[in-house]
Amino acid sequence: MWTWLHKLGSPPRFYRWTGRLIPWFAGATVLLMAAGLYGGLVLAPPDYQQGDSYRIIFIHVPAAWMSLFVYMVMAGAATVGLVWRIKTAEIVASSCAPLGASFTFLALVTGSLWGKPMWGTWWAWDPRLVSELILLFLYFGFMALQGAFEDRRTGARAAAVLAIVGVVNIPIIHYSVEWWNSLHQGPTVTKLGKPSIHLSMLIPLLLMAAAFKTYFLSVVLMRARTEVLDRERGNSWVREALEES
Amino acid sequence: MTRRGRRMMLVAVLLLGVGSAVALTLMALKENVSFFFSPTQVANGEAPRGYPFRVGGLVAEGSVQRASDSLNVRFVLTDGAHTVPVSYTGILPDLFREGQGIVARGRLQEDGLFVAEEVLAKHDENYMPPEVADALKKGAPLSNPHAGQ
Repeated sequence: MWTWLHKLGSPPRFYRWTGRLIPWFAGATVLLMAAGLYGGLVLAPPDYQQGDSYRIIFIHVPAAWMSLFVYMVMAGAATVGLVWRIKTAEIVASSCAPLGASFTFLALVTGSLWGKPMWGTWWAWDPRLVSELILLFLYFGFMALQGAFEDRRTGARAAAVLAIVGVVNIPIIHYSVEWWNSLHQGPTVTKLGKPSIHLSMLIPLLLMAAAFKTYFLSVVLMRARTEVLDRERGNSWVREALEES
Repeated sequence: MTRRGRRMMLVAVLLLGVGSAVALTLMALKENVSFFFSPTQVANGEAPRGYPFRVGGLVAEGSVQRASDSLNVRFVLTDGAHTVPVSYTGILPDLFREGQGIVARGRLQEDGLFVAEEVLAKHDENYMPPEVADALKKGAPLSNPHAGQ
């Protein structure tokens, strides 16, 4: 039943199929980001209240979505690594962590830059902001715990438990603006019903979100491939793969 | 049960346990986690007396009075059901205007006036070009403001 998982995760196979995917993801990133930035910064009209300051949405919102998405990918891969003991899954999880932390940091910084002129403050102890900050610390904790053991696979197992525990924070972040009175506005796009954003702004936003996603996929696979090579460096398939390329 | 099955169970139990623990904690902390009280909560006496807290609502239309010789501003916060009069001295955020959502931090005085030390503007989740907002204000026949043209 689970043999396909082991096959897909065998290091030589993983190295081969990801090598074929990366150029596609990288190419899509360039196209989507160019279209999204042009649409967002040039074509989209200014907002009726915020003027041009709202344009940070084209970075802030995709980064915030990615901070949650990357965490779920990381926790999923870490679970596969913990339960099935598949080495490549552990490697994928560890490749996700710095990327997820960067997206989270980007979301916090862009939000802060926007918050000063619009809300009147850089930072507020608001449920949405605090839960997102906890997410950043979860990523840091994952990386630190993973590196705290002599044996990499023991570290991966310990960090996987942390990643799974941290999953409870994900719905809290998403619903924080609905469950509690919050300074942060409610969801504009990710809700039931029509998005509360004009189509001319929604399209570039979705293009940017797609660009962030393909960017993440290409970079996380590159990182994972490098680490697969590093960990398997004594094996003959690595020599063959490197001689081929 | 296989070792793999046991590990799956471990993951499920872990998620369930931590999830319910966090859910219970957050339910217990419900009041403390919220960023502000609404005017209705203030009217019902749920907000603390004598301690600073935050109150959030819409700035009532026609209620903003600016002092001519200082930065003092008085306005009324409303949530549709109840109102709280607010006094604030200082610079207001860009988004402050009548009808806008506002969160003010300060103390409630005995006479019911809320003296704010800080006023933050709460942005809503709507984004649209100025023309669409104008059309909406005039009541132009736009069946859905968000659907685009």
